[in-house]
Amino acid sequence: MWIFNSSIGRKLIMSLSGLFLISFLIVHLSANLALLAGTGGAATPAEIPYNVVCHFMDTNPFIMVMVPVLALGFLVHIVYAFILTAQNRKARGNDRYASSSKTNISWASKNMFILGIIVLGFLCLHLIHFWAKMQLQHFIGGTPDANAYQLAVDLFTNPVYVVIYIVWIWALWFHLTHGFWSAFQSMGLNNYNWMPRWKALGSVLATLIAIGFTIIPLFFMFGLNQ
Amino acid sequence: MDKTINVTLKIWRQKGPKVKGAFETYKLDNISTDSSFLEMLDILNEQLVSKGQEPVVFDHDCREGICGACSLYINGHPHGPDDSVTTCQLHMRRFKDGETITIEPWRSAGFPVIRDLMVDRQAFEKIMQSGGYVSVNTGGVPDANAIGISKIDADEAMDSASCIGCGACVAACKNGSAMLFVSAKVSQLALLPQGRIEAARRAKAMVARMDELGFGNCTNTGACEAECPKNVSITNIARLNREFISAKLKD
Repeated sequence: MWIFNSSIGRKLIMSLSGLFLISFLIVHLSANLALLAGTGGAATPAEIPYNVVCHFMDTNPFIMVMVPVLALGFLVHIVYAFILTAQNRKARGNDRYASSSKTNISWASKNMFILGIIVLGFLCLHLIHFWAKMQLQHFIGGTPDANAYQLAVDLFTNPVYVVIYIVWIWALWFHLTHGFWSAFQSMGLNNYNWMPRWKALGSVLATLIAIGFTIIPLFFMFGLNQ
Repeated sequence: MDKTINVTLKIWRQKGPKVKGAFETYKLDNISTDSSFLEMLDILNEQLVSKGQEPVVFDHDCREGICGACSLYINGHPHGPDDSVTTCQLHMRRFKDGETITIEPWRSAGFPVIRDLMVDRQAFEKIMQSGGYVSVNTGGVPDANAIGISKIDADEAMDSASCIGCGACVAACKNGSAMLFVSAKVSQLALLPQGRIEAARRAKAMVARMDELGFGNCTNTGACEAECPKNVSITNIARLNREFISAKLKD
């Protein structure tokens, strides 16, 4: 099958899975923005805006179907990152250049694998802190944390965690600035006219996503929810 | 009087494809800044020969930037620090007095070292043989104006055709990918009506051969475009991806 055994096919897998993961980021950020409403004057935890959103996400059939698809998307993107990186190292040959490359190219484009590893590392931490206590419980028959909002408040008032979280998000920003336009290039949907458009759109999208995810922990750390 | 400089050269010496190589350092004095980089290497080789030592082996032919024979990875750049030129068009005025210049062969699994700075670039010929041509029936010469071609397509095909197949794209790429070369060779024909007839077969065959020869997967870093002596654009790579994917989807 060409998609698995040709270089362009493998890059297509990378670009499609990457764009799918970007669509997930947008959905995730939209849901998280509910955190900025604070407690919203709710009388009980269940009425806190963010908890209402979480409840919707945990019971919506479409989301429930998409969770395993999303996990598969992550898995494909990560596994192919390892496969492609290994193949590319091999293609470079055993002897390396002694002088380091002076070619002027974007830092992110040279370090997509490293950036991916950083994003993945923090992602695991993030899953343990939040997802394992929330949505995962629906899949394993446990009881999800009834007050996810409080989980966020507890973690985001810890400055160490906030710093880690923000470093994570900006590593993701670097990853997306190269990843977005690169995906369209790999799909063949690019030319002289579209190159600057995809690059600009990618930078805007990456920046909006990163700013959105950065505001939320800062909002709690500075106690703006009270 | 010419301005002259003294340079130290760190050159990769390797006796054969299977032999382990190493860097050797040479001092070269009173090099005119008007001399070309290859003339500077000629002077070094004359000195080595007169001392009874083996001269440094490197590829060169036309020495005017059109044949694609010269190579050399100079101070971290394929074809040296100058933009949009091949090594043979590089001049010593680009270097400072007392500078150490590191000269290495192209490094890629697809281009094994033959000796010193010379690498085997037959892989590119093999890719061309797999489909980089147009099949025509012999007979009378058709009228050049019989087939209309837009100026935009003609210009873009010409830009793609400016690729001289030197391999700097592969040498610059951290993935050892030959996509810029292959995409230029596919594009120069895919953009023209005469090349459209075999376009799908060509894209599939050339990509298959490229993969088979051990070149890497393109990750769009753009290093190839930045180092290409002929400024071949990576939009060609997007076109190759498009040609290949649509050809495969039609199968």
